[in-house]
Formats: sequence, C-alpha cells, structure tokens
Amino acid sequence: MAMTNRKLGVLMFSPAIIYVLAVVGVPFVLAFVYAVGDVKIASVGYHYVGLANFRSVLESPTFRRSLYDSIIFTVGTQVVVLVGSTVLSLALKDRFTGRGFIRFLILLPWVAPVSLGTIGWKWILDSIYSVINWVLVHLHFVRPFDTPMWLGEPTLAMISVIGVESWRLLPFSTVILLAGLTAIPRDIPEAAAVDGAGFWRTLFQITIPMILPIVNVAILFGVIFVFTDMTVVYILTRGGPYDTTQVLPSLAFFTGILGSDLAEGAAISIFLVPILVAVAYFMLRVASRAEVG
Amino acid sequence: MAIVETRKLTKVFKQGQPGAVNHVDLETREGEFLVFLGPSGSGKTTLLRMIAGLETPTSGEILIGGNVVNHLPPRERRIAMVFQSYALYPHLTVYQNIVFPLKAQKVKKELHKQKVEWASALLGIGRLLDRKPRELSGGERQRVALARAIVREPSVFLLDEPLSNLDAKLRASAREELEQFQKRVGTTTIYVTHDQVEAMAMGDRVVVLNQGTVRQIGTPQEVYDQPADTFVATFLGSPPMNLLETDDLIVGFRPERFLPSGLVAGSGSTDEIASRMKTEHLLLADVGKRVPLRFRVEYIEYLGAERILYGALEGGRFPGKAVASRIPSGVTERYEANSVHDFIVPESELKFFDRASEKRVAPKAIPWQ
Repeated sequence: MAMTNRKLGVLMFSPAIIYVLAVVGVPFVLAFVYAVGDVKIASVGYHYVGLANFRSVLESPTFRRSLYDSIIFTVGTQVVVLVGSTVLSLALKDRFTGRGFIRFLILLPWVAPVSLGTIGWKWILDSIYSVINWVLVHLHFVRPFDTPMWLGEPTLAMISVIGVESWRLLPFSTVILLAGLTAIPRDIPEAAAVDGAGFWRTLFQITIPMILPIVNVAILFGVIFVFTDMTVVYILTRGGPYDTTQVLPSLAFFTGILGSDLAEGAAISIFLVPILVAVAYFMLRVASRAEVG
Repeated sequence: MAIVETRKLTKVFKQGQPGAVNHVDLETREGEFLVFLGPSGSGKTTLLRMIAGLETPTSGEILIGGNVVNHLPPRERRIAMVFQSYALYPHLTVYQNIVFPLKAQKVKKELHKQKVEWASALLGIGRLLDRKPRELSGGERQRVALARAIVREPSVFLLDEPLSNLDAKLRASAREELEQFQKRVGTTTIYVTHDQVEAMAMGDRVVVLNQGTVRQIGTPQEVYDQPADTFVATFLGSPPMNLLETDDLIVGFRPERFLPSGLVAGSGSTDEIASRMKTEHLLLADVGKRVPLRFRVEYIEYLGAERILYGALEGGRFPGKAVASRIPSGVTERYEANSVHDFIVPESELKFFDRASEKRVAPKAIPWQ
C-alpha cells in the first residue's frame, strides 16, 4: 500500500519535474557547456576553449555598453514603476464611482500580449506617424519637421524603452501594492489621523513602512522581469541607435542566434546568472521574513 | 479639559435607510467619565467616530470646548482616541509609537523624551519602550495605546471598547486601573462599551443608546433604578428586569427584588428569618407593601455568589409569565425544578411603563388577582 502511494506520488509529480528539467534545466546546462566551447550554428563538433568566450565578451565595447544599458533600463523602470504604482494603488484603494472600470483599464497592459502592445507603442513613437509628436506640434510645443526622434536619439530611445517597459510592468506592481495596502487595518491610518499626522507623514512614516515587505517583493519580481526581458527593446529599437539601448538578453540573442555565434551568446547570457541568483536569494529571504513577521 | 456637546447629531450611511445615529443631543461635563452603552449596532461607535472626526455627520453639530468642530479634521480637535484594536503602529517600537503624536503635532524635540517617559511611567510601561507591539501582551498593548493617547495631553479622551480584547480577569483589573487613571489626569473621557458592567463600574454618567437614539442619560444608579423605558430596563441587569404586560401598562421588577416571601422581614419573626440565612444583611428591612406571587421554578443556574431561578408565575393575573429571580448565596433554602413557591415583590420596587410608548410612567395600583 505504502509502495503504491509512493509510486503514485512519483507519477503525479514527474510531469512537473520533466517540464522544468526540459525547459529550464537542459538549456541552462547547455548554456554553460556552450559558453566554454566553440559552437556556432551549423558547426560540427565541439572543442573546449576554456574562458576564451568570456574574455572576448568582456573585451567587447558592445557588451560593456549593454551591461550598462541593462542596469539603466532595469533601475530606471523600477523607479518609474515604483513611484507610479504607489500613486496608483493609493488612488485606487478607496471606494469611488468607476473604480472597477479604472482598475480594469490599468490592468489592461498586463493582459495584452506584450508584442502587440509594444508594436502599438512603436507606432505611437514612430518618427513620422507619432501621435505624441502630432499632439505636441498642434499644441505648439515643437515645430513641425523638427519633432523629437523618440527611438532614433540615444537618450530619448532609452527613455522610450523605459517608458514602455514601465507601462507594461505597472499593473503588476500596482496590484501587488494594492494587496499590501488593503492588508493594513483601517484603524492604523485613522489612529495616525487622530494623532495629528497629515497625508505625507502618514504615507512616509506609516503606510510605506508597513507595506515595505510587499514593496520588496514587487521590486524583486520587477528586477527579474525587466532584467531578463528583451521584447520591448527588440521590437522598439533592436538595441539601437548604435547599441545605446542594447540590453544583455537582446545582445545575447543577436550574437548567439542572429549572429550564429552560439558560444559567445551563451557566454553573454551567463552574465545574467550571478545577478539573478543574488536577486532570487534576496527574494526568498524577504518572503520567509514576511511569513514569520 | 473640554466639554463635548452634540446637537441633533445624525449619521445616515445609506440614503433611505434608517440612520446609524439619529438626532443625538448630549453634553459631557468638565472632566467627566461618560460611557456610551448600547448593544452592537446601536450607533455608539459611529457617534464616537463623529466626535473624533473620522466620520462626517449627515446633519447636526459637534462642539468641543464650545466651538463647532464639524469642519475640522481629527488632528485639529485636540482629542486622543484609543481604538478597540489599539491600532499600534506595528513597525515602530513602543517609544516610537508614543512619540508619534508629539512629532505629528510638532511638539519641540527637546520635550519628546521627557514626555514619553512621563506617559510611560504613568502607565507602568517604562521597561517596554524598546519592544515592538507584537512582542507585547494584550494588557501591555492596551497600556501603550493609552500612553500614546495621554502623551500630548489632549482635551478629550475617546475610548472605543478598549478592554474588549482582554481576558476576563485582566479586564477587571484594567477597568479599575483605567478608572483611577482617568480620575488622576482628570481629562473629559468618552468611553464606548457594550458591557453593562463596565459602564456601571466606570461611568460618572451612562448614555444608553439603541438604534441610534439616546434612550437615557444618567448616573449608573439612575439608569439602573429609574430606567426611562423598557429597553433600558431590560438592557441593564442580568438577568434583565421581569416585565409583565397588562392592559395599557407594563409592570417590571428586578430579579433581585423578586424573593421568597419567607425571607423578607414582616413575614415572620426576625429570629426565624435570620436562622434561615447565613448572612443577615440581605433582606431584613421592612419593605412595606408587598405583592405576593406564586412562582414555579423551572431551572436553576448556580453562579457561586448567587443562584438564578428561572420559571413562570402560577395563577393570579399573569399565569405562565416567564420571570427570573436572583437569590444571593446567603440564602440556604433549597429550590428544585418544578417546585412552586410563594414569592413576593415589594410594591415600592415595581416600575410601570406605558405599553404603547414603552416609556416609564408614574406608579399605579393594578389588580394582581
């Protein structure tokens, strides 16, 4: 009987294990194997080359630029999302007419397929057909034929990809923070009001410290999400202009798949590992602390 | 110190529905301990929250210290409130909790430490200042909440069932402490509770509320002995007042005044009565005219200090009417289920209510047979 139960357990559990191994484990191991080899698309055989790929990657200015861009992209998005979702969740916490509809609107970017949403943004930011520029021209903020090149100028392009990535991440973060805010008993802000605290004091000394564990979860999820995402960059700028919006995942893709240098692509993507491991470690710590507290 | 006054204060949460608080007029006295007593849903907490400024009145006025404060936010009302849950800030230490109102009210920084020490010493929580709320017991949390309320010396204290989260034993001692504490600081205090024992024990005066209206305001003795209507009569006292309906009247008497006739002076020699009781201070006084009633005991609750007999009247004008009697433990008489006894009620203890309005009216002679 015990044996049958064990077998049944293994049987029921195995699809999950197989799935994780096949989709995450095997590619992960392969990435390490490729990174220390000389594999190219269509090449035959495998030669161990040690850390040669890493050396070559580290010497490449494009890689360094991408690492820098990745950090700017991730941190920039987190800042925008954090401020935005705090404001939104505070605004959406209390009951008002139309709250349900506004919550629905804010959730839309999350449920829309990311590629479709981003293609929409590509048009919004287009050099010729941009609606933003059309509005700016008609409000006489900029002159026609001298409109901002949203995706063609390095700083603007970075702002654009951060903006679109934030648009995408905002609903997720807002929902997490809303959950945190709802968990604060009503008495607490009321006690603060009676104690004499105004809006800002209540926000910074009571509300935000109380939802800090939840904010941490939102940040850590956000970092992992943004740091590994290449869809927005790939669709909007393809890393351009001059690799000024190139991030590590897109660089790995361009080098490894489009550039057919699998080994170097693998080496690039492995640079993501220590950073993500650190983030995951902190995430688990925060999660376990939140449980105890 | 300040006087709190409400004028025709009304709160309607949903239009078309009965108000949670209806036309409440009341006025505290200087330094008074005023208790709002009522069952749940009676509007007592809503009334308190309107005074605190946490709820906007639908109509009517609130005055604190003679000024209308309707338009003022809570922080400008010079009040302090202790919540049922205590509402301590969980991420702050006890010290930080207590100092929070001082910071928020921009009290000079040099005074913070001294004031926190004063408040915590007053409540005996000086050694807990570095702890977080979750490391405290229920009683300690309640003291921290009080310290946080007292620290900025408010003109009015509002307490919303602050003892209801404590266990029974702690509640009794906390009750006494709180009362003494209020006497010492002398701050006008409004205290909300559904517990009549708390209300009677602590209140200088009690406001009895039901369905958002004030049923009676008076000293604990007044509301107990001179209930304004049948609601007050039955809400106070355990078991509640016995009520007998007749024609256009309701006649009431307290269970502790409904006693075996043999144990009341005038029905035998004093010696004889005294011999039937362990203690002598109970029922020996001559109570004057008495109403004899036959009482069939149906079941008995033994509560240690007393026994409660539940049963029904037999014969007479009210056959079968359910009544209760409270017999002090000094009475050694045995009672058994389904036995019939001669009981009496002193006529002076009868309360009369109008049957239609349920308000108390002057005593009348009614035929008992």
